[in-house]
Amino acid sequence: MSRAVEESNRAMLRARDAMDRAYAEPLDIPALARIAHVSEAHFIRTFRATFGETPHRYLQRRRVERAMALLVETDRDVTDICYAVGFGSLGTFSRTFRQIVGDSPSDFRRRRVAPANVPSCFTKAWTRPSSFG
Amino acid sequence: MTMNAISRSQIYVLDQDAALDFYVNKLGMEVNTDQDLGFMRWLTVNLPGDPEREILLEKPGPPALDPATAEQVRDLLTKGALGGYLFMTTDDARKTHEDLVAKGVEITDEPTERPYGIDFGIRDPFGNRIRIGQMFPRA
Repeated sequence: MSRAVEESNRAMLRARDAMDRAYAEPLDIPALARIAHVSEAHFIRTFRATFGETPHRYLQRRRVERAMALLVETDRDVTDICYAVGFGSLGTFSRTFRQIVGDSPSDFRRRRVAPANVPSCFTKAWTRPSSFG
Repeated sequence: MTMNAISRSQIYVLDQDAALDFYVNKLGMEVNTDQDLGFMRWLTVNLPGDPEREILLEKPGPPALDPATAEQVRDLLTKGALGGYLFMTTDDARKTHEDLVAKGVEITDEPTERPYGIDFGIRDPFGNRIRIGQMFPRA
């Protein structure tokens, strides 16, 4: 592998780190491509080749993950959480959340029980959306 | 038989001079040992006042690794996927964060207060993750 690939990896990682750090900000492809110092088309293509999903999808997953945490850890209302994690509209948020989590934000929150003092691997195994009916 | 300390840890770096600059000049660590062993450059650093805990900054390459494997290590490292992860503690997370920002260190996660303390994340120039926390006393 050439050193150019390593440079490219680090540039893509820098953009991904920016999404992890500043997910609540209105990050768009032009802004992210600037962080990576490449053109927009090159950025989308290279990011996907490097991390296996598009930058848009990565940012959606990051925002939904943060929303899941806020739904469980706080009493803030769903609309408030939607904007707090960087979504621009409640419709997009609800649709994306359901697509990724398999449940609406409110249902997700309702299903949560106060985390008991058990190893989290059990909670994770028993509370994740089932694919087996 | 009881083991009583973690004394040395290892991470991979792409360039040992650049690693020295980052870990010593930016993070404020000290060089513990920098010795050319002939077959490798043995480069370790430690936090000031804590020479009993060293981090080896090792450059992946032949003959320790075959060239193709070394390239895979470099690829994963620069993608941030190698798993090298250092956790350090500080007396004042917000001040440490401010200092590191001023030095141009890449912040991956801003300081946040959590049940266990206040912590934030940074990345070294190669892709390794570092987490720095001001921990609350354990209950």
